[in-house]
Amino acid sequence: MIQVIAFYLFASLTIAAGALTITARNPVHSVLWLIVAFFNAAGLMVLVGAEFIAMLLVIVYVGAVAVLFLFVVMMLDIDFTELRAGFVKNFPLGLLLAIVLVSELVLGIGAERAGGIQLGTPDGTATTAAGASNIEAIGALLYSKYLFLFEAAGIILLVAMIGAIVLTHRQRGGVRGQNISRQVARRPEDATVNMQPEVGKGVQL
Amino acid sequence: MIGVEHYVVVSSILFVLGVLGIFLNRKNVIIILMAIELILLSVNLNLVAFSSFLGDLTGQIFAMFVLTVAAAEAAIGLAILVIYFRGRGTIAVDDVNQMKG
Repeated sequence: MIQVIAFYLFASLTIAAGALTITARNPVHSVLWLIVAFFNAAGLMVLVGAEFIAMLLVIVYVGAVAVLFLFVVMMLDIDFTELRAGFVKNFPLGLLLAIVLVSELVLGIGAERAGGIQLGTPDGTATTAAGASNIEAIGALLYSKYLFLFEAAGIILLVAMIGAIVLTHRQRGGVRGQNISRQVARRPEDATVNMQPEVGKGVQL
Repeated sequence: MIGVEHYVVVSSILFVLGVLGIFLNRKNVIIILMAIELILLSVNLNLVAFSSFLGDLTGQIFAMFVLTVAAAEAAIGLAILVIYFRGRGTIAVDDVNQMKG
């Protein structure tokens, strides 16, 4: 029973958050709703026993991609005074959202512990429960049968990283950088000079 | 009882929302990128649901690859957005066709 309740909660919140993502006026709110949508989708995945993908979704999307979006949105053209003015006003909403997300996490894991959702099989027979855990099974498959695809995924990420750096890198003029070869080539003779001034004469630089 | 149909319905609604988002926010390229993320999320949900339904882990492996490509796409898309903004001072994509050459 708890699985059904959890499914409908996660499904309705995923769809609601998705709808709010595309209709929100403020792009920052859009990103935050996108995070909620991903969180709930991860809950849906936990329910059918795909814990690894669910955790990956939370880590990669909520931790990296959504933060990247937030960074770009805030870097571009958001009125920051308006943003700060709403902080106190939005604080209860944010707190409520955080509580909802945490309780969902507890509910989802509890439902999964209670047996999860059995989606059945095409021919109606019971699912053969894999002996190993989800992560072990995925690892065994990923590092054997799909090894080359896995490496290709790594290359894609490398190309994306280099591409992003090349695209956004710019040479800035008028900055005082460190010239290492000049620094190393400098000798004490060039920089200092020994003098023996007479008493009361002083030194002319 | 929850079956694979429920998952397919959720994921198709999410997919349609993503496509709708692209049409609704034609000017705001950031929202368009987020809508694409929603579409990829729905694909992932479908892959995971069918992987569980068929008792075959291949779907989850491919969901991982979709995740990889989505992350790469977001990084490149946002980098393009940043240089576009740097050059023009706006992110309205209505007049991207002026970016010839």
